[in-house]
Amino acid sequence: MNNFKKLNTIIAVLDIENIDTDQIIGSDHLKITNKIGLGEHLFSDWRYLANGKDNLDFVLNKSATKNARVLVAGDNFGCGSSREHAPWALLDFGIEVVISSSIADIFSNNSIKNGLLPIQVSKEEHQFLLSKNAKPIEINLTDQRIICDGKEMTFLIEPFAKHCLLNGIDQLDFLVSHLPKIQSYEKEKNMQELAHEI
Amino acid sequence: MVKTLFDKIWQQHLVVKESQETPAILYIDTHLIHEVTSPQAFQMLRDKNLKLRRPEKTFATCDHSTPTTKANDSGEFTFFGKQEKQQVEQLKENCEEFGITIFPLGDKKQGIIHVIGPERGITQPGQTIVCGDSHTSTHGAFGALAFGIGTSEVGYTFATQCIPQRKPKTFGIEINGELKKGVTAKDVILAIIEQIGIGGATGHVIEYFGSTIKNFSMDQRMTVCNMSIEAGARAGMIAPDQTTFDYLKDREYSPKGDEWTKAVNQWKSLFTDQEATFDKHIQIDASQIDPMITYGTNPQMGIKIGNKIPIKNEMQSLKYMGFSEKESLVGKAVDVVFIGSCTNSRISDLRDAASIFRDRKVADNIRALIVPGSHEVKKQAEDEGIAKIFIDAGAEWREPGCSMCLGMNGDIIQEKQICVSTSNRNFEGRQGKGGRTLLASPMTAAAAAVNGVITDPRSLI
Repeated sequence: MNNFKKLNTIIAVLDIENIDTDQIIGSDHLKITNKIGLGEHLFSDWRYLANGKDNLDFVLNKSATKNARVLVAGDNFGCGSSREHAPWALLDFGIEVVISSSIADIFSNNSIKNGLLPIQVSKEEHQFLLSKNAKPIEINLTDQRIICDGKEMTFLIEPFAKHCLLNGIDQLDFLVSHLPKIQSYEKEKNMQELAHEI
Repeated sequence: MVKTLFDKIWQQHLVVKESQETPAILYIDTHLIHEVTSPQAFQMLRDKNLKLRRPEKTFATCDHSTPTTKANDSGEFTFFGKQEKQQVEQLKENCEEFGITIFPLGDKKQGIIHVIGPERGITQPGQTIVCGDSHTSTHGAFGALAFGIGTSEVGYTFATQCIPQRKPKTFGIEINGELKKGVTAKDVILAIIEQIGIGGATGHVIEYFGSTIKNFSMDQRMTVCNMSIEAGARAGMIAPDQTTFDYLKDREYSPKGDEWTKAVNQWKSLFTDQEATFDKHIQIDASQIDPMITYGTNPQMGIKIGNKIPIKNEMQSLKYMGFSEKESLVGKAVDVVFIGSCTNSRISDLRDAASIFRDRKVADNIRALIVPGSHEVKKQAEDEGIAKIFIDAGAEWREPGCSMCLGMNGDIIQEKQICVSTSNRNFEGRQGKGGRTLLASPMTAAAAAVNGVITDPRSLI
């Protein structure tokens, strides 16, 4: 997993509430058995016209914002299906940070495991950022700080998620490091001892 | 110390307690997997040269990409495409490689994962259950802590039988009173989601209780818990009681003999203590609920079927649906009716639908697709004569699977078509690009099928 410390980029604003993971990546694209090439299908129903050409009105197709690496989206981003294909698609496209006034639980969990930073900000800050399409933004995870258009904002992040993102740590390694405790839990519950371990 | 049902199960599964710096490590009793969200997790095991820790705690089936048409005489299925076939075949190979029990396509125990888990007695009270599928909340109907996870966590569970978790908050939803005739568990959960909103339970585990829930069958409880995620909840749960025990007795994986007696005694301790409190708490009067239907592009956009679309500044959504504010839905033409999905494909759902289809026909130009949740449900419906009612009415009676809930297997609706669906999501394009989904109960869906227009099912009872 890549680590995340600091990012200077521009904002793409997608001011729609309750963007579900079906919109981020449609079920047509869940038929793969790897993680390759999902960025092409990110927001595909919105990004492409019926004839397959780019919808030039869509924010990620506009020249000012198509290289944005921060997406500021409406409230409750990432609701619905648990598909991890959603953060895979965003990252493959080049989005590294998603900011909203709330972010759905499973999407948020999935994002952190892949190095995509989900940031929840206050309603006021959210309104401010929603008005900053195509504006530069600086995101500093170490200090938990956002700077945009002269305004400095801090954000909260779960300490373990921060630690993993900053250091590119795979959460599986954290679990594996507790193997003796897993073994004693299983023993306490009278589970059969394993011939092999990890 | 007083505890909620959630607290009791949480504490019993803590391998490591959470601290300021690190999340809790939670032990997982049952891991359910399907073909769509597992392949990359198996690959992770191979890439890292890891073993699957407890194969006996993992159960697999294929349901999302599977055809709902019968196999030919040589037992071959016709898939929608190569990718679907590959996913299904790969799951079987992965399960063989790692020693996992699978109910494969063509097996008489196959079906939607959230239907067969309970049906086989794999789902049990007090368990922690995960699956790479957000509707895993269904299993909470048995007093289990069951929630959807992503593919990374599927891999973690394979390797360690554990996942890292921060303790969620609790949300008590108390539902009392008697339901009016023609009002079902689906209407109850749609009414709850309309009230609390699609993000109303984010960060929370819901516990449903009260006299209405107590009187519900397991099928009805599963419908309610299933859609907890549509309010953003991590999980939904209901304390186990005699209804739960009666359902589970003598199922394939249920404990037997002395083990059964021991298990039931232990399950009886799984309830929220009288003095315990929830972080949030609401009360619902069941007698005030009418049949519900959605008019928009997320599950909170629902109304009582006789009401008009409210003025809530939901223009983009209404534009997509082709509806306007203050408009009534009753009488609007429908193209497709889908009865199925992990929300409403169990035998009692099919009985509800059959009560409307009996001695009636599917209206002209309406496609009515009825997809049982499992082969066991299918057989039961055929034995009870329900399937014949559907077929005589002119509906398509299909093989089990997720089917048109998300259309991964090619069972889709066309652009601009209106589908009254018993599934759980009315998101844009969910059932097919440009398709328009209206969520409702099996009775309301059946009523739309026979009248060809959106209909209050109570007019046909």
